[in-house]
Amino acid sequence: MKELVEKVLTEENFQQLDQQIEKVRGTKGPLMPVLTQAQKIFGCVPYEVQKYVSDELKVPMSDIYGVVTFYSQFSLVPKGEYVVGVCMGTACYVKNAQPILDKISEIIDTKTGETSPDGKFTLEATRCIGACGLAPVITINEDVYGKLDVKDIPGIMKKYQG
Amino acid sequence: MELYRSHILVCGGTGCVSSDSLKIEERFIDLIEKNDLKNEAKVVKTGCFGLCEAGPIVIVYPEGAFYSQLKVEDVDTIVSEHLVKGRIVTDLLYKESIQEGEMQSINDVGFYKKQERVALRNCGVINPEVIEEYIAYDGYEALGRVLTDMTPEEVIQIVKDSGLRGRGGGGFPTGLKWDFTAKAEGDQKYVACNADEGDPGAFMDRSVLEGDPHVIIESMAIAAYAVGANKGYVYIRAEYPIAVNRLQIAIDQAKDMGLLGENIFDTDFSFDMEIRLGAGAFVCGEETALINSIEGKRGMPRPRPPFPAVKGIFNKPTLLNNVETYANVPQIILRGAEWFSSIGTEKSKGTKVFALGGKINNTGLLEIPMGTTLREAIYDVGGGIPNGKAFKAVQTGGPSGGCIPAAHIDTPIDYDNLIELGSMMGSGGMIVMDEDNCMVDIARFFLDFTVEESCGKCTPCRDGTKRMLEMLDKIAAGTGTVEDLTKLQTLAKTIKNASLCGLGQTAPNPVLSTLHYFMDEYEAHVHEKRCPAGVCKALLNYMVIDEKCKKCGICAAKCPVNCISGTKGKTVYHIDTEQCIKCNACLEACPFDAIKKG
Repeated sequence: MKELVEKVLTEENFQQLDQQIEKVRGTKGPLMPVLTQAQKIFGCVPYEVQKYVSDELKVPMSDIYGVVTFYSQFSLVPKGEYVVGVCMGTACYVKNAQPILDKISEIIDTKTGETSPDGKFTLEATRCIGACGLAPVITINEDVYGKLDVKDIPGIMKKYQG
Repeated sequence: MELYRSHILVCGGTGCVSSDSLKIEERFIDLIEKNDLKNEAKVVKTGCFGLCEAGPIVIVYPEGAFYSQLKVEDVDTIVSEHLVKGRIVTDLLYKESIQEGEMQSINDVGFYKKQERVALRNCGVINPEVIEEYIAYDGYEALGRVLTDMTPEEVIQIVKDSGLRGRGGGGFPTGLKWDFTAKAEGDQKYVACNADEGDPGAFMDRSVLEGDPHVIIESMAIAAYAVGANKGYVYIRAEYPIAVNRLQIAIDQAKDMGLLGENIFDTDFSFDMEIRLGAGAFVCGEETALINSIEGKRGMPRPRPPFPAVKGIFNKPTLLNNVETYANVPQIILRGAEWFSSIGTEKSKGTKVFALGGKINNTGLLEIPMGTTLREAIYDVGGGIPNGKAFKAVQTGGPSGGCIPAAHIDTPIDYDNLIELGSMMGSGGMIVMDEDNCMVDIARFFLDFTVEESCGKCTPCRDGTKRMLEMLDKIAAGTGTVEDLTKLQTLAKTIKNASLCGLGQTAPNPVLSTLHYFMDEYEAHVHEKRCPAGVCKALLNYMVIDEKCKKCGICAAKCPVNCISGTKGKTVYHIDTEQCIKCNACLEACPFDAIKKG
């Protein structure tokens, strides 16, 4: 995991972060918007990024670490190349989202909330994405698959396993 | 202004976008160009039409042809037949809109007939990314009237008289909230909009923001004028990228037109607003947690009092309302408090938007007058339960609500009735369950959600919900005892009484309501070690139905633990339940549906 984190800590990424920090400097309550941008730029908010934000915004590290670990959108390590989100909203759940999650977990051999060792997949049980008309739904990066049956899963996953 | 003979409305709500409506829009634009119809037909990307089940949806006016479940290639047919030759493509129409071979108005279709659209009135009608379209539908007229003709007190009085109550969950009278904030002392005040719609299965607020973002800007400006604020925050879930994007476009347009900023409508009133993104924490839907989050802290609730009206964002008096609440306000100003209070029941005025989902034919978004019965919502608007299954319960209010059984299906929906039934209005999620859903499993599902989302600040919620979940896990695994059932009830009551915020106080509701209405199912799990709905894995047994078995042996070949025996072509197959790991592979593989679980 350490190497994966180091890979994203590029000078270019820090420059981008600088621009975002400048945009909100002086406004009230800038921490959340900055962290949201950091997550977007680096794909995660590791210790080094937190430290940088702490120095720039003059917010204690303890506060920043508290915030980063509180919200589920922030992660300390990078996510996989493909983020597989299985919607576990109620509408999807009552239409058998759990067996679908189990099946994907079995196929990519990765537990929910974890990234496969090769860094290819991250499996997430997501909150309602609001596409209840398509329940049960999964998303793989930007792609959305709806009205699924467990039987459809192997075929879909094949496309990304490559 | 150009006039067109045809308008093609393409739904741009999240549901339809997820099933390629943007490609459909592109194809229309392409083909209209190719057929040289650019001056005659116009494509409009709108907000949600509501009937997500039938998505992606396209409506062509003036005929009002409601095309449903379209594929990109269907667009070619619609353009060549409908737009070029003027012949409606009946095969692609939503099938319920055809009666005796004639196409009927979409408003006469079951799903729309009983609806009354106030908060959603522009959704699926206008292009949310074009401010002129909102203005053409009386947009910003209410703000103009308020700023030039009315005092703040008069505005608050109208909201009070209308009887509008908070649509985010609790149902607190909106006018009173405005009044408290107006009367609070402070040099700086804020208005905020709670768009952190976290209830699983609820997407009303998202649809308003996606379909009619200007109504929120207008309404927040009205509220700011009424309470004496000059700055607004909209707190939106980061999971709603389309909504965030459209609201930002709307804010920029309003600024360009001088509808946000300094001296709006040449008055002394100035108002500006910005979007703050949530980062995935359900508890931030609680108002004081939301305020902490806007300030850049962990989203943990604060003890109340002091209420946000006195000490809110950055410790300044803050008015906080939910998206749907705001969406009602401009209409109340324009049409009057009396009009609004004529809709609904004695104590719950107006309409309510629900997101109907689960085991229901017409999954989607509906807005119905308060007082409509659950039966009307589920059967008349929702079209009933699919696959001939029996209705078991409807869950309202998300993780804070409860499950209402078939016996109470004729209850008129309003704030107080739902609370009396052990549920609540919540933000408006309405999930229908059929005979195949296990109520112990559903209670466990919601508890699992609250355990994960509990912020950890107060003990009853942090530890109490965890202990409840452990007991439910035991019951679902077949190791639950009678004592667990009593303990669940006692603990639930303690958590309700002792938790700091609304999340904890309502967390036990899904368990309490299922215990109350579906005790027989809990008892079956505890005494008989049986899950009547066939959901709880540990209690399942797989069996071959002898009469249906064709002796093909496919099941035995699929079984990963070789626990199915029989001879191909000769004997009926048999599953050794002791060895069976309940992987479901045989049931999925059997071509003759000869394997059952239960």
